[in-house]
Amino acid sequence: MAGRVEGKVAFITGAARSQGRSHALRLAQEGADIIAVDIAGPVPSIEMYPPATEEDLAETVRQVEALDRRIVATKADVRDPAALKAAVDDGVAQLGRLDIVLANAGVFEIQPALEVTDDAWREMIDINLTGVWNTCKVALPHLIDGGRGGAVVLTSSTAGLKGTPNTVHYTAAKHGVVGIMRTLANEFAQHSIRVNTVHPTGVDTVMIQNEKTWGLFAPDDPAPSREKAEPIFASTNALPVPWLEPVDISNAILFLVSDEARYITGVTLPVDAGYTVK
Amino acid sequence: MALTSNLEGKVAFITGAARGQGRSHAVRLAQEGADVIAVDLCAQIGSVAYPMATPEDLAQTAEEVEALDRRIVTRQADVRDMTALQAAVDDGIAELGAVDIVLANAGIAPQLNSDPHPDHEQAFRDVVEVNLFGVRNTVHAAVPSMIDKGQGGAIVLTSSTQGLTGRGGDGSGGMDGYAAAKHGVVGLMRTYANWLAQHRIRVNTVHPTGVSTPMIENDEMNAYMEANPGISAALENLMPVETVEPVDISNAIAWLVSDHARFVTGVALPVDAGFTAK
Repeated sequence: MAGRVEGKVAFITGAARSQGRSHALRLAQEGADIIAVDIAGPVPSIEMYPPATEEDLAETVRQVEALDRRIVATKADVRDPAALKAAVDDGVAQLGRLDIVLANAGVFEIQPALEVTDDAWREMIDINLTGVWNTCKVALPHLIDGGRGGAVVLTSSTAGLKGTPNTVHYTAAKHGVVGIMRTLANEFAQHSIRVNTVHPTGVDTVMIQNEKTWGLFAPDDPAPSREKAEPIFASTNALPVPWLEPVDISNAILFLVSDEARYITGVTLPVDAGYTVK
Repeated sequence: MALTSNLEGKVAFITGAARGQGRSHAVRLAQEGADVIAVDLCAQIGSVAYPMATPEDLAQTAEEVEALDRRIVTRQADVRDMTALQAAVDDGIAELGAVDIVLANAGIAPQLNSDPHPDHEQAFRDVVEVNLFGVRNTVHAAVPSMIDKGQGGAIVLTSSTQGLTGRGGDGSGGMDGYAAAKHGVVGLMRTYANWLAQHRIRVNTVHPTGVSTPMIENDEMNAYMEANPGISAALENLMPVETVEPVDISNAIAWLVSDHARFVTGVALPVDAGFTAK
C-alpha cells in the first residue's frame, strides 16, 4: 500500500534526535524523502540538558536510509538564514521538490522570570521564534515554485496556549509561533499551502528528562528523579499519563501534512493529553 | 506498542447516520474495521425547510457498511428522546458488543430568514433540542457501557465553524439557535474531556465549514444565499474551495478516534478550509 506521504519531500529542523528524528522516521515510513538540519552543537544559555551532536544527526540519516528513503542532512543553525537557505536549496536540488515543512527545532530552559538574562532572552527568541520564521522564509519559495501547494507544521507547545511560571522567554516564543502560523495561513492559502501548529505537552525526551525540569515541580527535593517527577507530570494532564512519546507528535503531524487533512489550515492542534482543557 | 489507524474489533455509535456526514463516517470507520450502531430520526422536523433523511437513506448506509463486510445495527430514533436513544444503543450493544467510539453527528439547520413567516422561537427550540440536548443524550446513552468495558474510548462531537465564530449571523431563530447550540457543544466537549479522562475516554469536537450535503445544498439555502450576498460573502473560506466533502470530516474523525491520536483530548479541531483563521 502506498504511504500517506509517498513521493513527497519534507524539510525538518532539529532533526538530529527526539521529536525531530521521530518526525523524519515517521514521514519516511510513509514514503517521504527528508531534508534534515540541526545545529548539532551547544547553545550557551541552555545548560540543563546536553545538546544534540553530529553523531545524533548521523544516526537520523542512518535510520532514514534503513527505511530505503533518501535524506540530505546538513549541520545548520536556524538562527542563520543563509546557512538554512543553503541547506534547503541543496536538499531540493538533490531530492527534486519540497512539499512539507516542519519547523521543529527548539530549546527549553527554566528560569524565574526576573532571572532570565538579556542574553538568555535573546537566544531563546532567536531560536524558538525567529528560527521558526527563518525556516518558513527559506522554505516557502520552494512550495510556491512547486505549484502543488504544501503543508507547514510549526511546533509550538502547551506553553504556546497557556502560561506556566518560570518559562517566560520560552512561553513568549511559543505564543509567537502561533502568530506566525495564523499570518502565513492567511497569506499562503491562495497557493493551497496549509499552515498549522502542534502543541505538545511534555514529551519523553532530554528536554524534560533532566534534573532541573524534574525539580521544577518539587523545588524542595534535593534529589529529583524521573520516577518522582512522573506523578507530578501526570497531574498536569487530564489523561492519566505523565508524558507522551515523540511518535505521538509525529502521528499528529503525519495526519496534518497528509491529504487526509487537505482542508485543515490555520489550526492550533494540542497533542497534550488534555493539558490545556484541564 | 504498535500504534495503528486500524479500528478492527471496535464498535462505533453514530447518530444522524442515514446520509450526509453521518453515512460517510459510518463507511469510513467501517473501512478501518469498525462495526457500527447507526441511528437516525428518518423523519421531518417542522421548522426544517429542506427534506430530512428517510428510512431508505438509513438502509442505504447499512448496505454500504455491509458491503465492506462489517456489521451494522440500524435504528430509527430521535436524539431528543433519551428513552428511544438508549433503547437503540442497548440493541446495538446486545448485537455488537460494548461501544468504543461515539460520534454525535446528528444535527439540523432550521429555517432561515428567507421563510416568509418564520416561527423564530420554534426554530430556536428545535435546533437547540437536536443539536445540543441531542448531543448530551447521545453521550450519556453510550458512556456507561464504555466505562464498564474499561478499555477507554473516543468520542467526537460534531460542532461547526458556527461553534467558534458568529460570522454570518442574521438574527433568525434558526441561526441564533444553530450558533448557540454549536458553541454549547464545545462546552459539553470540554466538561466531558475532564469527566472521562480518568477512564481514558477522549472527547474532542470537529468544526466543519460548509460540507457538500443535503443540509446546505438545497433550494432553500441557495435562495437564501442569493438574497443575502453579504452573508454569503461572510461565509467564504480562506482556502479557494466553496465547500469540503463529507470524507474530509470523516478523515479527521478517523484520525481522532484511532491510536494515532491516543493522547488527543479536549481539542476543538476545525476542518474548515481556514474559515476560522480568516
